[in-house]
Amino acid sequence: MSASTLTAAIPAETHHDRPPATGRGRRALVRSLRYALLLAFVVIVLTPAYVLIVTSFKGLGDASPSRAWDLPQSWETAGWSRAWTTLSPALGRTFAMVIPAALISALLGSMNGFVLSRWRFPGADIVFTLMLFGMFIPYQAVMIPLVQLMQDLGVPSGVPSLIVLHVVYGIPITTLIFRNYYAGVPQELIEAARVDGAGMLRTYASIMLPLSAPAFVVVIIWQFTSAWNDYLFALFFSNSRNGPVTIALNFLASGQLQDYSASMAGALIASLPTLVVYVILGRWFVGGLMAGSVKG
Amino acid sequence: MNRGWRSWGPPVLLVLPSMILIGVFVYGLIGVNINTSLTDQHHRLGGGSFVGLENYRTLFHDDTFVYSLRNLGIYTVTFVCGTLFFGFLWAWLLEKGVRGEGGFRAVYLFPMAVSFIASGVVWRWLLNSAEGDRAGGLNRLFENVGLGFLANPWWTNETWGIVAIAIPAIWQLSGYVMALFLAGFRGIPDELREAARVDGASEWQLYRHVLFPQLSPVALSAIVIAGHMSLKVFDLIMAIAGPTNYTTQVPATQMWTKFTSGDYATSAAIGTILLCIVALLIVPYLVYTYRQERRS
Repeated sequence: MSASTLTAAIPAETHHDRPPATGRGRRALVRSLRYALLLAFVVIVLTPAYVLIVTSFKGLGDASPSRAWDLPQSWETAGWSRAWTTLSPALGRTFAMVIPAALISALLGSMNGFVLSRWRFPGADIVFTLMLFGMFIPYQAVMIPLVQLMQDLGVPSGVPSLIVLHVVYGIPITTLIFRNYYAGVPQELIEAARVDGAGMLRTYASIMLPLSAPAFVVVIIWQFTSAWNDYLFALFFSNSRNGPVTIALNFLASGQLQDYSASMAGALIASLPTLVVYVILGRWFVGGLMAGSVKG
Repeated sequence: MNRGWRSWGPPVLLVLPSMILIGVFVYGLIGVNINTSLTDQHHRLGGGSFVGLENYRTLFHDDTFVYSLRNLGIYTVTFVCGTLFFGFLWAWLLEKGVRGEGGFRAVYLFPMAVSFIASGVVWRWLLNSAEGDRAGGLNRLFENVGLGFLANPWWTNETWGIVAIAIPAIWQLSGYVMALFLAGFRGIPDELREAARVDGASEWQLYRHVLFPQLSPVALSAIVIAGHMSLKVFDLIMAIAGPTNYTTQVPATQMWTKFTSGDYATSAAIGTILLCIVALLIVPYLVYTYRQERRS
């Protein structure tokens, strides 16, 4: 603020205080330094990916620690097939859990977001803030009675329980994303519909829903990845026979015999769906991340 | 009265299902959980009479629990500082526009799409505690490149072991903080920078007086998000060290062990303590956001 008010007072010429030639030299140096740093960080960030891929193709005889960072002596796929045999049933269950969970929570979030931003009622802000708190709580603080409640409600362990939980505890974040998105829709559109005699549901269905595709993509991706990667709920509400892929992977990886090639192949298999979503729909993925910071 | 109901009845009905779900699954269960934590339900069957704050008193006199709180504190400080440092550094390196920015961003952000369980598989391998001839993972890499003095027992060290668990978490979430800061940098109007340059502000003064103040709301969001994530750390520890390893105990792992042994009262008390710690961070933030919204 103070800097911009000073602008008017000080003449523009004052900033040519160093010779242009050295300035250019310095700038080139700064630029190469910047690229060098950026590339160094790329190498560091990708190191675990290198380890995963290389180790997953190593045979059992290739496990000596001294060769830990070398390429495989012969590229073998036995680890991959062991991992696939263990994980494939869990992968199917994870899809069966994640897709309905993402769709239902997106629909709920859209309804809430519409009302809390564009068709408000007295106390809407308080309701929204109280909902948001649900996004931040450590689920450990509800876990003991939650286990009891789900038993009392008769929701079967495994996929059905996890769908319910991801939908319920997804309400705050999906509401937040839709609310921020709908806040950008011009109020005139809604007023116009109101003048035409459209009620709330008509306005929602014929004005807001058709505009919502980008928000739906963001929310579905967000819920898809967070339900896919969830381990805590899965641990309490499923077991290795009916649980999602995170449970199966941890079971595979924490066995007494450290089968590193199968574990690493398994980690890659278990991450593939979210990585594919990230690569194809990366832009929206980042959109969801931004929305996670409360102020969109 | 009738008019009032007609105008705010329908929106209330539309959000009512979500309000009830959040009311029961968040606030209701927090209440039941606190209630359980005040009883002597230490076995699956039986127990349940009111004992006041007895369980909390026992926990705070239990050396292992106090150690787990200390671990959580060290982990949180390391994680928040680490993600903020790398997140800001990457955003700063990228913000002026470099060739291939999209590629760099995608690489820095990709670990975010992977579950802690999957990344735990490779980090357990990287953070292998063996040294010397049997060294694997990073210790082996250090010896290979002549930095053998850096080799260390990682997460098995009793004092600083928990810091080693923060390394994969920083690897995974720095990209998120980078995305937040990058959006923050891009949100600063070019005129502000121009004005400061015209004033003859040095690069440092530009940052100190123009850019940092503009970025402080982003930094606050980043601290709150990273802080509440790190207070919930659980998956990563389960994947790397398992639930019973002493050097990586945090309240969440203790809560899980108590739960599996049927000690519901102690487990509920740990959950409540965790909730209070997170609430100390989140409630002021939500109140602040709520006030900001009302003002605008």
